[in-house]
Amino acid sequence: MCLAVPARVLEINGDLAKVDFGGGITRDVNIMLVDVNVGEYVLVHAGYAIQVLDEKEAEETLALWREIMEIEGAEAP
Amino acid sequence: MIEGKGFRDPILANRIIEGIRRVTPKNDNVKICHVCGTHEWTISHYGIRSLLPENVEVIAGPGCPVCIVPAAEIDEAVHLALKGVTIACFGDVLRVPGSEISLLDAKSRGADLTVVYSAMDAVRIAEKNPSKDFVFFAIGFETTAPSTAIEAIKKPPKNLSFLISHRLIPPAMEFMLGIGDLHIDAFIAPGHVSTIIGLEPYEIFPKVYRMPTIIAGFEPLDILMAIYMALKQISERKATLENEYKRAVTWKGNLKAKALMNRAFRVVNGAWRGLGRLPDSALKLADEFIEYDAREKYGIKIEGGRDIPPGCQCHLVIIGKIKPTECPLFMKSCTPQKPVGSCMVSSEGTCRIWARSMHLKFAH
Repeated sequence: MCLAVPARVLEINGDLAKVDFGGGITRDVNIMLVDVNVGEYVLVHAGYAIQVLDEKEAEETLALWREIMEIEGAEAP
Repeated sequence: MIEGKGFRDPILANRIIEGIRRVTPKNDNVKICHVCGTHEWTISHYGIRSLLPENVEVIAGPGCPVCIVPAAEIDEAVHLALKGVTIACFGDVLRVPGSEISLLDAKSRGADLTVVYSAMDAVRIAEKNPSKDFVFFAIGFETTAPSTAIEAIKKPPKNLSFLISHRLIPPAMEFMLGIGDLHIDAFIAPGHVSTIIGLEPYEIFPKVYRMPTIIAGFEPLDILMAIYMALKQISERKATLENEYKRAVTWKGNLKAKALMNRAFRVVNGAWRGLGRLPDSALKLADEFIEYDAREKYGIKIEGGRDIPPGCQCHLVIIGKIKPTECPLFMKSCTPQKPVGSCMVSSEGTCRIWARSMHLKFAH
């Protein structure tokens, strides 16, 4: 119910978009809640895209965590 | 793929676990509360509790939107179903116990139910069957409410109305802090709800309650990192609002979704299963859409209701006061095949998740 699944937008037709959940699963979802382009990732909850996922931010997050853990691990007694 | 791989990297996971050990206070017990069924799934499925120092406990708060629907609102759906209205609902709701019977029991007594994947499906089915009356049983937190808002605002066919059971997460978190003997030290806030509402509504927790609050995603590393961030704040005696789930959550949230919700609904008091009425924690259709409010259309208003069947401890599991394994019914008379309480019914209920991960020796 609160589960939202990431999917890549394949095609946009008005308020609906065909999205790919991976593993060959595609589905039409409502995209009225987001501004999204083909190729971007959305979080899909109960048939509606609720947010666009920021790929760049995802990579930066992982890079930042690696850096934090490295620095703090090295500083640890 | 944006999720998955990187956020499941075992090398980074180990670094974060080392980090958790470094920042965990040595002498005090720490209790971190999350408020999301999907977080509980990630924590149980990946055995995250077993990776934490012994003095760090992670508890599950009222984060399963199916589990917290009060019996009285199931009774309303059952009442309508037995009157001959077709109830369109999410599959998880079917077996949630009402005061006497569930919707599935009502079906065995001749009621007509149709399981839908989305609010959009309910509208489509109503359009295709103009001679039948439909009620969409709209449950869910802020993640789901915008989709109901869209369909209500679009003014669906007159043979469809909405039984609104939406609930709001921040008031439930505030309620948790009022339970004196829980002693929560930090919150992990639900990422998907937060994609809609943003960070802003959580500001009160660090500011007013001095409660470290971390918005987290759903991959195992998201949870580990959120636990690390919470513990670091605790060890430094800080209380701030931090966003671990930056790839999906912004300060303001989803403005379109919030605008639609503001137009379609007004905020009212609402009952939560086993918890009683929480102020400003529920949604009701705004006056403009009142003709689509099933309670108005059919003149129903059931209050009271028996939330907790005899022996069931769901009211304590829902607030994380006890673990599912501490309930005398767990995996004895209450199983996923034959659930007694709502926490065993929903795939996001804490008891159901624990039951499903029991084969994983490290899970709990």
